[in-house]
Amino acid sequence: MKKSHYLIAIFCSIIFISSCKKNEDAIATDTKGQFSIEFEHQVNGTALALNTTTYKNAKNEDFKISVFKYYVSNIKLSKADGTSVLLPESYFLIDESKSDSKLITLQDVPTGDYTKIEYTIGVDYARNFAGAQTGALDPINGMFWTWNSGYIFVKIEGSSPLSTAVDHALTFHIGGVTDPNNTIRKFSADINTANPLRVRADSKPKMHFIVNAANLFTGTTDVSFATTNFTMGGDKSVIVADNYAKGMFRLDHIHN
Amino acid sequence: MLFLSIALMYACSKNETELLPTQVDITFTVPANFPAPTYNFENNKLTNAGFALGRKLFYEARLSADKSISCGSCHQQFAAFANLDHKVSHGVNNCQGKRNSPPLFNLAWQKGYFWDGGVKNIETVPLNAIGDVCEMSTDIQSIITFLKNTPPYPNLFKQAFGATEINSQLVLKSFAQFTAVLVSGNAKYDQVSRKENGATFTPGEQAGYLLFKEKCSSCHKEPFFTDFSYRSNGLDLTSTDEGRAHITGVETDMGTFRVPTLRNIEYTGPYMHDGRFYSLDEVLEHYNSGVEPAENLDPLLKNGIALSATEQKQIKLFLITLTDHDFIKNTLYSEQ
Ligand code: HEC
Ligand code: HEC
Repeated sequence: MKKSHYLIAIFCSIIFISSCKKNEDAIATDTKGQFSIEFEHQVNGTALALNTTTYKNAKNEDFKISVFKYYVSNIKLSKADGTSVLLPESYFLIDESKSDSKLITLQDVPTGDYTKIEYTIGVDYARNFAGAQTGALDPINGMFWTWNSGYIFVKIEGSSPLSTAVDHALTFHIGGVTDPNNTIRKFSADINTANPLRVRADSKPKMHFIVNAANLFTGTTDVSFATTNFTMGGDKSVIVADNYAKGMFRLDHIHN
Repeated sequence: MLFLSIALMYACSKNETELLPTQVDITFTVPANFPAPTYNFENNKLTNAGFALGRKLFYEARLSADKSISCGSCHQQFAAFANLDHKVSHGVNNCQGKRNSPPLFNLAWQKGYFWDGGVKNIETVPLNAIGDVCEMSTDIQSIITFLKNTPPYPNLFKQAFGATEINSQLVLKSFAQFTAVLVSGNAKYDQVSRKENGATFTPGEQAGYLLFKEKCSSCHKEPFFTDFSYRSNGLDLTSTDEGRAHITGVETDMGTFRVPTLRNIEYTGPYMHDGRFYSLDEVLEHYNSGVEPAENLDPLLKNGIALSATEQKQIKLFLITLTDHDFIKNTLYSEQ
C-alpha cells in the first residue's frame, strides 16, 4: 500500500518534471543564464536611513522608520512575443537592515530578451498554508504570524509624534490572503524594448529598482498616523497594500 | 520503555529489516470508519526515529523560557492530551492563558487548528505555543540553539532526517511526526460501528446514541464528532473572546468557536473554549436551559435543546462510549 504510493509519487513527479522541461523548451532555447536585481530603498527621493532621519508622509506628518522588510516572490519574465517564464522557487526577503538581502540573484534563467517583469509583493496563497518552510520563508525571519498562520508580506515599523499608540509607535504588518482582506498584490514593470533584459549564458545583467517606503502611506489613500498607526492584517492592511501596489516599486534602469 | 526507545533508535540507525521482535514500528493508520486525512506525511516521511524525536521534544521542558513547561505540561495523555482541571492554559511564570487546552488526536484530519482556526497547518502549530509569553515564552531560534548544543539532539536529528544541520523546518516536522500520528479511533463506539469483536451498545447507550443523532450530531458530526465548523452555542449574550472573528474580521463570526470533538470527552474536562464547565452534567444542562440568545447564536440552538433527566443520563452513557482507552494508555505516546 505504502510502497505503491511512493511509486505513484515518484512516477508522477517524473512526468511532471519532464513536462515542465518541455514547456520551457517551447518558449526558450535550452541555454541558461543569470541576472540580478538591486532594490534601492528611498523615502521620497532620499536614501532610507533607519532610526535617524525624520520623514514626512503625504499628510505632512513627521515619522521615522526603524524596520523595513518585505517579500518579493514568483518572479516572472516575459518576452515581446508574449511568451513568459515563471522562475521556480523565487522567494526573497528584502530587509533594509541586511544589505546583502537588497541584491538578489536569479540563476538558471532561460536566455533571451525580456521586456516585462512581474512579481508578487508578498507570498502566494498556497505557501501561506503550507507546512514548515526554509530559506526566505523560514519562520525564524520574523515574518510569520503564529496566531493566524501566514506570512507578513511587508513590515514597516517606526514612530510618529502623531501616533496615539504606546511610545508613538508605528506598526504596519501587512498580510492576509483571504477575502475580504486579501493583501496579495502583484507588481509589473514594462522594460524598454530598446534595452530589454538580455539574459545570456555568459553575462550578468542587473536590474535596478527604486523602492519608496513612503508609498505605503499614499498612492490610493493618504494615511494619517493620528488615526492609522497599527495594523496586522485586516481592512487597514488592505488600504496599505493598495498603496504600495501602486507606486512603491519603480524600475529605474538595467545594466546589460 | 527506555529499552524500547533505545531499540527504536538502534534499529533505525541500522536497517529496517533488522527490527527486534518486540519493536513497534510507528505507522499512521486510518481507522476503517474514517475518511482520508488532510495531512498524510507526503512531505514529512514518517520514521521511527522521527517519531521518537518528536515525542522527546514534546516532553522537553528545557525548551521553555524558564525550563519548566513542555507541550506535555498542558497536553496530558491521561486527559487525551487536554489539560486536566485547568480552565485555561497555564504557562511559564504561572501565566494564565485565555483558552482551554484542547485534546490532541485526529489532528491529521483537521483543516484549522486552535479554537478559532487561526493556524492552518499542523506543522506550524508549535510556533504559537513556543512564542506565546503565556505558554513557553521563547522563540524558535533559542530552541534551535539549545538543540544544537545539547546531546543527544544533534544525533537524534541526524538519525531522523539524515541532517547535520538543525533548522526550524526539521524541528517543526518532527513535532508533526508525533502530533499527527496521534489517532483515536478505537472507542467502544468505533467497535460497534465497525461491528468488531461482537461489540454492542447497552440499551441505555443505544437510546443515548439515537438522542445524540437527533439533537447533537448536526454539529458534533460522526465520525469525528465535529463538522469542524465555527459556531456559537450560546454560552454568553456577548462573548468576551472574539473567537473566529479574531481571524476573519467578519462580524458574523464574532463569538464563534470550532465545534469541538467529543471523543474522549469523559477525560477532557473542563469544557468549552474557556473551560467554564467542570462536568458533562453542566454541559447538558446548558443545552437544556442555559442557551443565551447570543448575537451569532447558531439557528439550530434558537430554542435550546430540551432534555429530560432521563435523556441527559442516556446521552451521557453514549458519550462515555467515545472513550478510547487504548489511546489514553498507549505507552508509545508517553514520556519515555
Ligand atoms: C501553556 C499551555 C500550553 C503549552 C505549553 C502548549 N500548548 Fe498546545 N494548546 C494550548 C492551548 C490553550 C491551545 C488552544 C489555543 C487556542 O485555541 O487559542 C492549544 C492548541 C494546540 C493545538 C491545536 C489543537 C486543535 O485541535 O486545534 C496543538 C496541535 C497543540 N496545541 C500542540 C502543542 C505543541 C506541539 C506544544 C509544544 C510545542 C504545545 N501545544 C504547547 C496550550 C498549550
Ligand atoms: C449548533 C451546533 C451545536 C449543537 C447542536 C450542539 N453543540 Fe455542543 N458544542 C458546539 C460548540 C460550537 C461548542 C464549543 C463552544 C465554545 O467553547 O464556545 C460545543 C461544545 C460542546 C461540549 C464541550 C466540549 C469540549 O471539549 O469542551 C460538549 C460536551 C458538547 N458540546 C456536547 C453537546 C451535546 C451532548 C449536544 C446535543 C445535546 C450538543 N453539544 C449540541 C456546538 C453544538
